[in-house]
Amino acid sequence: MKTLRRIIALAIKELLAILKDKQSRFILIGPPIAQLMVFGYAATFDLNHIPVAIYNEDHSQPSRDLIAKITGSPHFELVDYIEHDEQITPLIDTKKTLIVLHLGSSFSSDLKRNQPTKVQAIIDGRNSNTALLTLGYLRTIITDFNLGWAKQNGLPGPPASLQIRPWFNENLVSRWFVVPGIVGLLSLVITTIVTGLSVAREREAGTFDQLLVTPLRPFEVLIGKSIPGILIGLTEGSFILLMAVYWFEIPLRGSIGALYLGMFLFLLSATGIGLMISSLAVTQQQGILGAFLFLVPSVILSGFATPIANMPEFIQHLTYINPLRYFLIILRGVFLEGDSYTLLVDQYWPMSIIAIVTLSIAGWLFRHRLS
Amino acid sequence: MNTFTKKRMRLMGMIRKESLQILRDPSSIAIAFVLPVILLLLFGYGVSLDAKGVRLATVVEQPDTNTTSLIGSFQQSEYFVPIVYNSIQEAEEALRSLKVDGIVWLRNDFSNRLLSRNNAPIGVYVNGVDANQARITEGYIQGVWQNWLLNYTHDQGQDLKIPVLLEPRIWFNAAVNSRYFLVPGLIAVIMTLIGAMLTSMVVAREWERGTMEALMVTPIHIREIVIGKLVPYFILGMGGMFLSVAMAVWLFDVPLRGSFWALTAASALFMMVALGMGLLISIVAKSQFVAGQVSIIVTFLPAFILSGFIFQISSMPDAIQFITHVIPARYFVAILQTLFLAGNIWPVILSNAAALLIMMFIFLGLVKRKARKQLD
Amino acid sequence: MESSIALELERVYKTFTTDNTIVNALDDISLHISSGKVTGLIGPDGAGKTTLMRLVTSLLVPDKGKITVLGINALQEPLRVQSSVGYMPQRFGLYEDLTIQENLNFYADLQGVALTDRKSRYQELMHLTGLTHFTNRLAGKLSGGMKQKLGLACTLVHPPRLLILDEPTVGVDPVSRRELWSIIYRQVKKEGMSVLLSTAYLDEAERCDEVILMHQGKRLGQGTPQFFSQPLRGRVFHVTSPSISKRSLSIRLNSVSGIIDAIIEGEKVRIVTESESLPNLSEIFPDHSDLSIEAAEPIFEDAFIATLKDSQTTVVQPKNTLSKTSRDHSTASDVVIDVENLTRKFGDFVAVNDVSFHVTRGEIFGLLGANGAGKSTTFRMLCGLLTVTKGTVRIAGLDLRHASAEARGRIGYMAQHFSLYINLTVEQNLKFFASAYGLSRAQKKERIDWAISAFELTSYRNSISADLPLGFKQRLAMAAALMHEPDILFLDEPTSGVDPLARREFWQRINTLAESGVTVLVTTHFMDEANYCDRLVIMADGKVLAEGAPAEMKNRFRHPDQPDPTMEDVFIELIESNQNPKEKVA
Repeated sequence: MKTLRRIIALAIKELLAILKDKQSRFILIGPPIAQLMVFGYAATFDLNHIPVAIYNEDHSQPSRDLIAKITGSPHFELVDYIEHDEQITPLIDTKKTLIVLHLGSSFSSDLKRNQPTKVQAIIDGRNSNTALLTLGYLRTIITDFNLGWAKQNGLPGPPASLQIRPWFNENLVSRWFVVPGIVGLLSLVITTIVTGLSVAREREAGTFDQLLVTPLRPFEVLIGKSIPGILIGLTEGSFILLMAVYWFEIPLRGSIGALYLGMFLFLLSATGIGLMISSLAVTQQQGILGAFLFLVPSVILSGFATPIANMPEFIQHLTYINPLRYFLIILRGVFLEGDSYTLLVDQYWPMSIIAIVTLSIAGWLFRHRLS
Repeated sequence: MNTFTKKRMRLMGMIRKESLQILRDPSSIAIAFVLPVILLLLFGYGVSLDAKGVRLATVVEQPDTNTTSLIGSFQQSEYFVPIVYNSIQEAEEALRSLKVDGIVWLRNDFSNRLLSRNNAPIGVYVNGVDANQARITEGYIQGVWQNWLLNYTHDQGQDLKIPVLLEPRIWFNAAVNSRYFLVPGLIAVIMTLIGAMLTSMVVAREWERGTMEALMVTPIHIREIVIGKLVPYFILGMGGMFLSVAMAVWLFDVPLRGSFWALTAASALFMMVALGMGLLISIVAKSQFVAGQVSIIVTFLPAFILSGFIFQISSMPDAIQFITHVIPARYFVAILQTLFLAGNIWPVILSNAAALLIMMFIFLGLVKRKARKQLD
Repeated sequence: MESSIALELERVYKTFTTDNTIVNALDDISLHISSGKVTGLIGPDGAGKTTLMRLVTSLLVPDKGKITVLGINALQEPLRVQSSVGYMPQRFGLYEDLTIQENLNFYADLQGVALTDRKSRYQELMHLTGLTHFTNRLAGKLSGGMKQKLGLACTLVHPPRLLILDEPTVGVDPVSRRELWSIIYRQVKKEGMSVLLSTAYLDEAERCDEVILMHQGKRLGQGTPQFFSQPLRGRVFHVTSPSISKRSLSIRLNSVSGIIDAIIEGEKVRIVTESESLPNLSEIFPDHSDLSIEAAEPIFEDAFIATLKDSQTTVVQPKNTLSKTSRDHSTASDVVIDVENLTRKFGDFVAVNDVSFHVTRGEIFGLLGANGAGKSTTFRMLCGLLTVTKGTVRIAGLDLRHASAEARGRIGYMAQHFSLYINLTVEQNLKFFASAYGLSRAQKKERIDWAISAFELTSYRNSISADLPLGFKQRLAMAAALMHEPDILFLDEPTSGVDPLARREFWQRINTLAESGVTVLVTTHFMDEANYCDRLVIMADGKVLAEGAPAEMKNRFRHPDQPDPTMEDVFIELIESNQNPKEKVA
């Protein structure tokens, strides 16, 4: 009974201390919204308005048709027509265009003779990802053109053709992938910073000593200091969740309960890590630095932006101790794949273990790191 | 003693003091040298946009030589790891539980329709959650399919009559290795971070430790304080810069096709912008805590997302494209990616350098305006 | 043209705006300071001393008024002012990661001292400050006194014509304090320098040629220290009584109307009366016929208290209800705190070296020493905040480090710098500590009401703690430490940085607490506060130099040329006789 009363008093005090401070209030509200907007809108691999220059040596109807198909697509934007070979290099070099499409003088005659004709695409490979995606868009348009041409001229199609169907994200929208990830990313950042500073702040102010001479036991301090981090993380997470569903219109297909169970376990482990950093730090600055040093790798090595499968094997093993890895799978699973509890068991238990380990270490450190 | 000697003495004294503090404080050395190494290693190895080892479930309902040769093409590709499933239901279950990333499904009438040239369908499902990976995977699958088709028709003694064949030529990075553009772009992000972090705390630290008050009641000019702080951190930052370039070239094998001197000059310019930004934050913030926070929020994230380092600026909404113009890293990323992969393309380098120069004047001008020898 | 006036302020106003309140830091101040003299700026916390100094050094611009420094208009030519004055702020800007020599070089560069002049100037300054043998030591590794001396040396590297020092002696041990003063006087005599300094030590006012007394942004008076104290002649007395303890005597005298101030001084109680007619004490103390009263020489401190208590509307009279029950005195010999052979090392550095002492119930026990003497380390070990390298600590028979939560509930702790949650209100702070000590809802309410009224915090009940005046922060910190009515109270530097009025009031509360049977362990670097303690230890370099009652200690150092030694004299002699011979030679 006394224990409970002490824990509640500590949790209330922590919440008040965070929410009453102008600076921390700003950290809780400003950056998350800015990041949500920036990530939601800017962090997309989908390409629009790719600048394209056309080098058409064949001034015929079929070549104009193909060009119209390309420039009419929302992905491409015509920037220039060119006449000579020498014009290609400066255009690409100076980044005026990303791609030069070269239709040779025999384009229509080849077509009419039923001979395959080649269209050259010169692509700026300085950003190879963009180059590959551009090529993909171009391929789709040309395949489409080929089918149309074959049909128009009564030609047989290829002996076999691909019927590609993306699952879960049928239109392959990057935002569907990025935005659910932000729920995890931002709740991790907020929780780590809130808890990462909670002990360091008290140490700097001298109040931590004051706390330790009261009858509060280490585990009571631990619980009292965890509650605000988890509450704030849950609030922040729920807010971004709402934004994802109603502002960015990402479909939420799976079980919300399964999502929140994951979020709770995730925040528990983030709190443990934050408190661990905090009890090791002597000053708030060290706390910030520690939180930063933890956050950067854990975001990069979580699969938030790039797939874990692409990493070297050693680094792939390292990602198993990263709680964000598991939560991202849960988020995307529940949002897009419609997952429920049973499919996510393998994500729940590793986070629980991380939470238990980090919280225990943090609790131990409270008393043993004093000098 | 004339005023000029006194001026020089004050400036040298300031630089000497600042340098000694850097040498005594391991954290600034760590920010300049250890941070770039860790970040480069982390990103260089940890971040890759190339799809490799895509796990592909293959379902063949009626195996024969044709299906074997098609599936064999997938097996030979370095991009795929085919896993055999006996029924489409099992394969779909595997896709749902993330055991595979995609499915290739050949129905039992595949060979019949192939032989009758009746547009035999190859069912392909990919997990579209990560849209970028899914697109790239699709591209690879298309490549495998086209090659197989060419070989197949050739073996049958037929001509493949595809009206328009795309012949892509990717310049500067023929192997389409994402590391080639990630590493140079990363240098810009790291330099932003280092420049801003190094300086953002130095003025704030003087305020917090009470040294600023004593410093201000000396004949020193505010100009001398600013220059005295810039010089040592500039040298330190350039050290970090060269270290990063060396790692890019020798560890990650990124080709450096442009001039090393142009790279040095552009980096120096960018370093000044980053340091100016850090100093400005530092002067406005007056506490190390706030300065550190702000420098991470206003420098690191924008440099990462809005610089064109990974995400194509031209594809962003107009409002955000507009914002990118005030992100110095944007110009430096353009210079770096060009110098590393394309070479000395002066129009690109000079126009972006001009933008950096303007930003430098703006930041240093603001520093000069904001910094006053007064407490309120 | 060299005028005889070093500094002149004409009708200067300065206000600050914090969140929603406007503070008049300086309110119509006019004054002038003559050259070649040491002028002291004295006043309680928030009087505007630091603001005045920052205005003079052109770090701040006045809202209104004219400031002339050495004949230069400070508003028009701030840089010329800054080139001709030497200024040492409260926390002087030493670069702790540079050595003494590097700090000196840096300031010499800034001040444009010619390279050829440097060697002799450095030698002279190092000799004056006694730092000659430490020039390669990092400034951060120096003791508090050495830091202040180095700060002064840096300020003097190019001899300024006007030297401005903001509380140069705060937290400095008495030996270094004496040395600082002798350096300052040397500059005045040798170089004809003018000095303006502020101080929190009222005894230092006596050392100034002239004193400016400030309060709440106003100048209350200016003159020699005697100019202030002489009007009090005939109103200052020493009271003694063998049959009543000096502590109870002072508590009771303080509540007598007509007596402005009653403090323990040595074995006597010093009182200042409102007028020259002495209240009839035998009427007030009918049970103590042995009361003896003798006139005493007024000093500046008396004048300070008398003036400020006049100008303050609320006369601070702590209520006698600090503890609800008076505890049993019969077991006074109970040992409550027992420390034996206590040692603490940080790496190779021995912070506390073989310290032993014990404290009995109801005692006020003091740990005295300069900054860095090992007081705080000892203190933290007593509270169980730091592990012990060697030796034992028993608090009420228990080691707090391993004691149960309930045992910790019996002690109260007030940390250095009044560690409270600064962005919570007064009431929220009290509520939190009451709950942390596990009080029930009813108890909590009762104790909070008690604290608010006993510490006169009513008008601040819902204020954010950060906005409280320092004296009130101290009250709140003490109230928080007393929420659960502890038997033992630990106070770490409870009066550092607090102005003389708040210090006085604080000790009155402590006296009352001790009277009711609470054991108090207190650390302090104010030597005059030793008089409030029943017994004390003096520490230096981690060792106990002396233990005993204040009177005993003074007796030990009484000799013909020092008939009435103060605690400060005792301390200085102890330090000098203990001075590590190696350090002296090195």
